[in-house]
Amino acid sequence: MPTLTSPFLSIAEARRLLVAKKISPIELLEGLEKQINTINPQIRAYLSWDSEKARLDATNADLTKPLGGIPIGIKDAILVEGAPAQSASRILERYIASYDATVIKNLRSAGAYPLGRLNMDEFAMGSSTESSAFHPTYNPWDLTRTPGGSSGGSAAAVAAGMAMATLGSDTGGSIRQPASLCGCVGLKPTYGRVSRYGLMACASSLDQIGPLTHSVEDSALLLNALTGVDPHDSTSLQLPKEDFTAEIGHDLKGIRIGIPKEYFVDGIEPDVRARVEDAIKQLISLGAQPIEISLPHTEYAVAVYYIIMTAEASSNLARFDGVRYGRRSEKSKDLLSLYEQTREEGFGAEVKRRIILGTYVLTSGYYDAYYLRAQKVRTLIRQDFEEAFKKVDLIVSATSPETAFRCGEKINDPLKMYLADIFTIAANLAGICGMSLPCGFARKDGNDLPVGLQLIGPSFAEKTLFRVGHAYEQSTIWHNQHPLIVPPINE
Amino acid sequence: MSSFSPNAHVLDIAYLARLARITLSSEEIELFSQQLDRVLEHVALINKLDLTGIEPMAHAISVFDVTREDDPMPSLSKNKVLANAPHQANGLFIVPKVLE
Repeated sequence: MPTLTSPFLSIAEARRLLVAKKISPIELLEGLEKQINTINPQIRAYLSWDSEKARLDATNADLTKPLGGIPIGIKDAILVEGAPAQSASRILERYIASYDATVIKNLRSAGAYPLGRLNMDEFAMGSSTESSAFHPTYNPWDLTRTPGGSSGGSAAAVAAGMAMATLGSDTGGSIRQPASLCGCVGLKPTYGRVSRYGLMACASSLDQIGPLTHSVEDSALLLNALTGVDPHDSTSLQLPKEDFTAEIGHDLKGIRIGIPKEYFVDGIEPDVRARVEDAIKQLISLGAQPIEISLPHTEYAVAVYYIIMTAEASSNLARFDGVRYGRRSEKSKDLLSLYEQTREEGFGAEVKRRIILGTYVLTSGYYDAYYLRAQKVRTLIRQDFEEAFKKVDLIVSATSPETAFRCGEKINDPLKMYLADIFTIAANLAGICGMSLPCGFARKDGNDLPVGLQLIGPSFAEKTLFRVGHAYEQSTIWHNQHPLIVPPINE
Repeated sequence: MSSFSPNAHVLDIAYLARLARITLSSEEIELFSQQLDRVLEHVALINKLDLTGIEPMAHAISVFDVTREDDPMPSLSKNKVLANAPHQANGLFIVPKVLE
């Protein structure tokens, strides 16, 4: 039974305790801050947190609201008025957000409040959180390994019991892959579900904000608060309000799960493959019906992604020019060198690399060969999913072909790093929803490392993801396993 | 388009850096050149496909011409906007002289 000192209290459980007045919002916050103070120096998931502001929010919490009194950790790319927001980049030195992102407004109206800034790959470009301009974040299961990325701080904070839940953003797997490598639940909602207003744009046609949580139910509870049409984001969709927890607890009879042969190929670590195959057996034993499917254009996804993503990012990042906000180079002599020097000093290697690649694929003469072709292959990738979802309700695969990799292992080999996202990228290209949840462990060098199961659903099928994810989670023990770095509860 | 050959790319990093308004060091130019050549080799995979008749997809959802009533609405105050500027004075962003 969780107590107020349990570092892994779910939102659902915390809400019951808060409403029953067994704990106060301040006690809940203090418990978390104790965890942060003890563990963060080793994991380095948080960049900063404002304890005073959080105490004020906790004191004023309205417990009658659905998420009343619940603190949520925030990825450094999402704006919280009055708090620093740098996307872990030097170019946004001393930047203080002048407004709340729509997701933050939505969380506040549901009674929750933001707590802390979480580390990430600079401008969400990376799969290991090593490209943060500040410092890397370490995997709570093995401190010599990365937490994945780009939302590595968001995943590590949840996995290490330093946050009840966090927000991340997912452009090509940046919520699901770190959730997989850290052993928590990560959701990328359907494109258009959640407003991107106040999220620093990485690749606008792919970015989506989503929650990282201890449980599938918590993920649904948070999505209830995050969604809604927003006049500030013209890609946010006017959809009927729904309760994403509605199908949680339903059984899996009649659910057809697709097993794409292209996702079970050489290159997956044998232990990862074995855990995912066990998970499929478990889903079948719960009543799901397996159907083999094909997503024939899978092998092109990474290529398409690194054309479209870099093209969009290179234009989105043009706004960082040293004039209106952030850092300005002191070396500049004229306006042109002000831009050029500021961007040279302010951006890290991976960001520069992607801006250069994005500029290249949009250059006259290469536009048709790269960008236009990539957009056409993107159509084929979406059609693969449309065909598949005529036969199945959702698709099951590994989230990542591997467990957490070592710090430094891929940072000097961009292509190797890009291929880490091979199973998550297609969902962003197609605009559909996906979730990663723990499905066991693989033992490496004496440490148990989490393996993630990915469920991919068609557009707007989040309820099915939650139904299937929850049924699987509750029939297994994986969500109750926690890294040894978290000290045992002593009450 | 038919004349395009995947091996014909000439990755002139210095030129691209000028277009992207970034002063790269010679070490960066050398390193990015090698790394991005490898990435482009992988990206050339998409040349295997026959894409005749396939529509390009710019966005995950079809949203066109979203408009609102042309009514004035409050925006961020000048003070708030200028608060983050590296150099500002008299309610303006200050930049180096553009015209002599």
